[in-house]
Amino acid sequence: MNEVTQSLLIIIGVLFAAMTVSAGLIWLERRLLALWQDRYGPNRVGPFGLLQVLADMIKIFAKEDWIPPFADKPVFIIAPAIVVVTSLLSYAVIPFAPGVVVVDLNVGLLFFLAMSSMGAYSVVLAGWASDNKYSLLGGLRASAQMLSYEVFMGLSLMGVVMLAGSFNLREIVEAQRGMWFCVPQFLGMAIFLVAGVAETHRLPFDLPEAESELVAGYHSEYSGMKFGMFFVGEYLGVTLISALTVALFFGGWLGPWLPPLVWFSLKTFVLICGFILLRATLPRPRFDQLMAFGWKVMLPLALLNIVVTGGILLATK
Amino acid sequence: MISILRSLWQVLLHTFQPRATVQYPDEKPYLPPRWRGRIVLTRDPDGGERCVACYLCSVACPVDCIALQATEDESGRRYPEFFRINFSRCIFCGFCEEACPTYAIQLTPDFEMSEYRRQNLVYEKEDLMINGPGKYPGYNFYQVAGLAIGGKDKGEANNEEPPVDVRSLMP
Repeated sequence: MNEVTQSLLIIIGVLFAAMTVSAGLIWLERRLLALWQDRYGPNRVGPFGLLQVLADMIKIFAKEDWIPPFADKPVFIIAPAIVVVTSLLSYAVIPFAPGVVVVDLNVGLLFFLAMSSMGAYSVVLAGWASDNKYSLLGGLRASAQMLSYEVFMGLSLMGVVMLAGSFNLREIVEAQRGMWFCVPQFLGMAIFLVAGVAETHRLPFDLPEAESELVAGYHSEYSGMKFGMFFVGEYLGVTLISALTVALFFGGWLGPWLPPLVWFSLKTFVLICGFILLRATLPRPRFDQLMAFGWKVMLPLALLNIVVTGGILLATK
Repeated sequence: MISILRSLWQVLLHTFQPRATVQYPDEKPYLPPRWRGRIVLTRDPDGGERCVACYLCSVACPVDCIALQATEDESGRRYPEFFRINFSRCIFCGFCEEACPTYAIQLTPDFEMSEYRRQNLVYEKEDLMINGPGKYPGYNFYQVAGLAIGGKDKGEANNEEPPVDVRSLMP
C-alpha cells in the first residue's frame, strides 16, 4: 500500500479509536462505578444502557453555549480546546502494534511529557478566564498539582529509558521482549501511575474539579460543548495514560497467540478499569496533604528509583 | 499504602456481590399489609356503605384534605352526599383511618397513583368506594351500635338488651 495512504489510514484509525473509546468511557465509567457500589448503572436507554452515550452527546450539543460577559473571551474559548489538542497529539507517538504508529518519533517519550506539560495550561487558563473566585481557586490548585506531579512523572520514566536505551516508544516496547518492565521497574510504574492519575485530575487527585467542593472548580462557568470538551478531554487523558503505561511497563503489544492489537487493547482496557476502581474506592485528600505527598514522598522515591536503576545497570555492564 | 491497596481489593470484590437495586417497573417492592398507601372507602359485609359521614376523619386530617357533606336516606341511615379527598395534599399519615368509628376509611398498600394533571388527583366518592370490606371483614357498624335505623330498632343489635321503660321500675 502507498506510504501516504497507510499513514492516512493509521491517523484516521487512531483518531476514531481515541474518540470512540473516550465516548464509550462515559458509559463504562458509570456502569463500573455502579457495579462496585452494589447498584446498576444506566441500563434503560439502549441494550445495557449503551445508548446513554448518545443521549449524553445530544444533551451536551443541545445545551446553550454561554460565554459569561465578564470572562476573557478568546482565552475562555481556547482553554478547553487545549486539553483535547494536547491529548490527541500525544496519541501520535503511541505504538499500538508493530508498524501501527502515527509517527515513529525518536524522542517520543519526551514529546508526550511536553504535551502533558502544555495540557496544564488549559486548566490554568480556564480558571483565570472565568473571572470567578471558585474557578480561580480551582485553576490555581490544578496548576500547582499538575506542576508538582509532572516533576516526578518525568523522573519515573527515566528508569525505563535507562533500561531500554532510547526515548523511542517503539524501541521501548521491543526491549520488553524478554521481560516486561513492570517487574524490574515496579517502583517506577507505581510512581508513573500515581503521577498519571494526578495529571488527568481524576480521583483521588480531582480537587480542581471537585464536584462537591469548590462548586466544580475551574470548569464551573463552562456549559455546552466547551464543557463537553473538558469532559471528553479527561477521558482522553485516562485512555492516554493507560495506553502509555501499557507501552512502557506492560509490554505494549507483546503477548503470545493473540494478534498484537488485541493484546494492546486488552491491557489498556484493564488499566482503564483500574482508573475507575481508584475513583470508586479512594476519598479525596486535602490539598496540602496532596502536595505534601507529591513533594515529600513521591519525589524522593522517584530519585531513589533512578539512582538504584542506574547503579545496577552500571554494575552489571 | 497497605490500607489503600486493601480498600482497592475489597471494592473489587464487590463485583461479585448482588446489586441492591429493585428494578422498579419490572420488580415491585415488598409492601407489608399495614402499609399506609391509597385511601379507600369500604362497604359492609351486607353491601351497604360503612361511612356514616360523622366528619371525624376530616377533623383528624392534619392537612385538611378530606371534604364531605352528610345526608340521610329514607330509612334514617346517614351517608355522605359527596366525599372528596385531595390526594395532592394527603400525607398518608393514617389519622383518618384511626379516627373512623365504622372502619369505613382505610389505607391500602398501593402507591401507583400518578397523574399528569393536578385536578385528576382529587378523588370523589365513586373513585374511593370499593365493593368489599377492605382490611376488616365481617364488621357491620350498625350491628354493634345502639342507633335506630330502618330495619333495626333500638335493642336489636348484637349483645344489646332491649331498652327498658324506666317508669316500669318504680316501686
